[in-house]
Amino acid sequence: MNRGMRILLIAALLASAATPAGAKKEKDAPAPTQGSSAEPDNPYPSTYKAYPGVATAIRGATIFDGEGGRIDNGVIFLSDGKVTAIGGPDTPIPADIAVFDGTGKYVTPGVIDIHSHLGDYPSPSVDALSDGNEATAPVTAHVWAEHSVWPQDAGFGRALANGGVTSLQILPGSANLFGGRSVTLKNVPARTMQGMKFPGAPYGLKMACGENPKRVYGSKGREPSTRMGNMAVNRQTWIKARDYQKKRAAGKDQTRDLGMETLADVLEGKILVHNHCYRADEMANVIDMGKEFGYKVTAFHHAVEAYKIADLLRDNGICSALWGDWYGFKMEAYDGIRENIPLVHRAGACTIVHSDDENGIQRLNQEAAKALGAGRRMGIAIADEVAWTWLAINPARAMGIADQTGSLKVGKMADVVLWNGNPFSTYTRPEKVWIDGALLYDSANPKLRPVSDFELGQIGAGDVK
Amino acid sequence: MSYKNHPLPPFALSLSKGRSFFRKKGKASTGSARTVLGALFFVLSTPAFTQSLAITGATLAIGDGSEPIRNGTVLISAGKVTAAGAGIAVPPGTKTIDAGGKWVTPGLVSGYSRVGLVEVPAVNETNDASARSPFSAAIDVAPAINPLANPIAISRTAGITRAVVVPSTGTGIFAGQGAVVDLGADMNAITRARAFQYVELGEEGAKDAGGSRPAAILTFKTMLREAQAFAKAPASYDGRSKDALLNRVDAEALVPVVTGAMPLMVHVESARDIVTVLSLRQDFPALKIIIAGAAEGWMVAPQIAAAKVPVIAGGLDDLPSSFEKLAATQSNVGRMVKAGVAVSMGLMDRDEGLQLRLATQQAGNMVALNKVQGATGLSWGQALRTISSAPAEAMGLGDRIGSLKVGRAGDVVLWDGDPLEMTSAPIAVWIDGVPQPIDNRQTKLRDRYATPSEGALPKAYEW
Repeated sequence: MNRGMRILLIAALLASAATPAGAKKEKDAPAPTQGSSAEPDNPYPSTYKAYPGVATAIRGATIFDGEGGRIDNGVIFLSDGKVTAIGGPDTPIPADIAVFDGTGKYVTPGVIDIHSHLGDYPSPSVDALSDGNEATAPVTAHVWAEHSVWPQDAGFGRALANGGVTSLQILPGSANLFGGRSVTLKNVPARTMQGMKFPGAPYGLKMACGENPKRVYGSKGREPSTRMGNMAVNRQTWIKARDYQKKRAAGKDQTRDLGMETLADVLEGKILVHNHCYRADEMANVIDMGKEFGYKVTAFHHAVEAYKIADLLRDNGICSALWGDWYGFKMEAYDGIRENIPLVHRAGACTIVHSDDENGIQRLNQEAAKALGAGRRMGIAIADEVAWTWLAINPARAMGIADQTGSLKVGKMADVVLWNGNPFSTYTRPEKVWIDGALLYDSANPKLRPVSDFELGQIGAGDVK
Repeated sequence: MSYKNHPLPPFALSLSKGRSFFRKKGKASTGSARTVLGALFFVLSTPAFTQSLAITGATLAIGDGSEPIRNGTVLISAGKVTAAGAGIAVPPGTKTIDAGGKWVTPGLVSGYSRVGLVEVPAVNETNDASARSPFSAAIDVAPAINPLANPIAISRTAGITRAVVVPSTGTGIFAGQGAVVDLGADMNAITRARAFQYVELGEEGAKDAGGSRPAAILTFKTMLREAQAFAKAPASYDGRSKDALLNRVDAEALVPVVTGAMPLMVHVESARDIVTVLSLRQDFPALKIIIAGAAEGWMVAPQIAAAKVPVIAGGLDDLPSSFEKLAATQSNVGRMVKAGVAVSMGLMDRDEGLQLRLATQQAGNMVALNKVQGATGLSWGQALRTISSAPAEAMGLGDRIGSLKVGRAGDVVLWDGDPLEMTSAPIAVWIDGVPQPIDNRQTKLRDRYATPSEGALPKAYEW
């Protein structure tokens, strides 16, 4: 079924993406019969399988469906790993199943973090485990973040238990202009990265604007050392990538190049671009660069100045993945404001709350609350259930997994959090978290929380973290 | 020691912007909020420092660990709290603000920060937190505190009125002398200069000492003995000989540490290192120790409590982010408080110069833990205490700042909701009884870009 879902997803992507002629033909052809640039299909496949769950219903809770809908005194029914029914108090549920009383509690889809480095910058933060930036060249489109993911990072478990995070995208760091491929994971402990890999999720490409690439390479006396250098190296790389992509699409012989394969997939709309970029003026340059080379940025990440160009972002259909209130730690973050998220939201552009941080990922709901409060104080009335889209369907769409998760719709993965109060309150915590219908965290059951290999047998292991 | 006595300085005329902000808000508000804001406007427009002020009808938190009081009143006169509680009579003629049930707290105190030392951390020219210098212990942050740094205004607007400012090490294990500051809109930021000495004795200390903890401990003890030698015979102390670790200036700076006249803030995280630090009093009995960090403090909480050593912790530190934090847990603060340790919270590890406003988030999350089985949290009042009176007391300033008890500074915040909720924010802030501007660089950017597209003129003309 996983493979079937992946094929479905690829078909959907191909149908929806504005791919150049030939791209579809290339993918439709039997892969191994092409020229020497032929790529193996899915060489590091997901081995994730949903853990067993029991049919479960929650009654009487306030439900945010993740797409902006709200049901008071709602009922949700989960079975066979899916959402099988959702509605008001009269929603029929079978007898003889586990029913939880949700009175005074809230149900949401699991939180999705579009920007995490868990596993590739794990705890403990020691050099031996620091695998997030291949900071040896400004263009490393050939690296895949999944090959750095250490599944024993205790941060995954904290994100589950404290943050209700059920899916997350692990990106390479931002030292490089082209940082490499991202990977999307289900937040389920596993022995291998493949055991966490989200079945059928498209890959992303991490790119970075601004200070990081120019500082890292400028300090080594190399290009780029300026923002114009950043753009020049980007453009030269895209010229090569388009050439590679054209040859590949035409079935011509060329030596396989991992970086070019990733970039060619971007140009064919199969890999989604996640672009670290702070300043408004730089985002505008990147938008034009996308038009110059025929690709689209899916989301600007960090984007502390997105509020200055919210109209531009809306008109170009680009999401902004933002912090609640982080600002000022470097020059390009100087103009960060707490109203960034509500202002971008009000302009009608896609808005996402992200963490980029092993602590922030444990409280993305609170980051959203900061934005919600700041927005309301300046007269931007956003309903709680609408704000939850920042943590649910919006990141799911920007990660290409919205057909599978990101909202509580019948048939979708039962990635669900039962919160012990309004999740925008600081006093609220996840009470239970289900992933694909399996109960993987229960605040009332001290045994139902993950202890990574790294923490097992250490002081404090099994402690409520 | 300059406890300031300021009229509003000329540059605080930015208050006029604050008023216009209030008016704007007032229009959008309804009912009691308008009453509150209208009254505030009156107060702000007549900012005579000596004026008395009463805030009535408040959900009032004193900051001493007690739970909030309904329908409370706080009275401020001559810049100090003269009464706070329920059933307080307001003297006739006192300017009065009806809080209409809204929350009032003491101004919050950050137990660990670098505010005023840093504008943009990654821009070296604006970062005065550390130096590669011939000096260490003698470094005094007080003259470098910039009251006009934007993070001061941003933090003040979020209800932080005082902060412990901590230098970081540049050369060796001692970072120098930290300060306690106020975040008022004036040029007199110092509440107490040279409030403590700072030393690293955990992983960072080992690194600073050349690579090991034994080297750090030996360096520490040797330096303190050199300070003792200096104290005995200042004229004959030769800080230039090959064997001397301290130059004369640094030796002199450590004298009050050895005598206990100046607190020593020690940064350690692991249970092992905490025990080692507590044992330093065997060699130096007068040491007045404050522990910063203590991620594993819960494991040795009874020992810390018995030693009567206050702890300033980073409250939400729950990851084994280093080998000295393998037992880190969010229950750390709750468990230490339960064991009788005086615990404050501050910003450790990151954003210390900028994000003091995270204090309310740290405290709120301590309250949330009470609903998680197996976790230990704090009551609401205890949580507020960790970001108000507890850090003040750790600094020996509990009789002057950090709570709304009689005689404390008139540092007061009126909030639009529960202060520990992330959706809440201050409506008004007073420091030493002086109303503070409620705008900052960020609110001006917000207002400029309330609509992103240009109007009749470029955005640069909207100010």
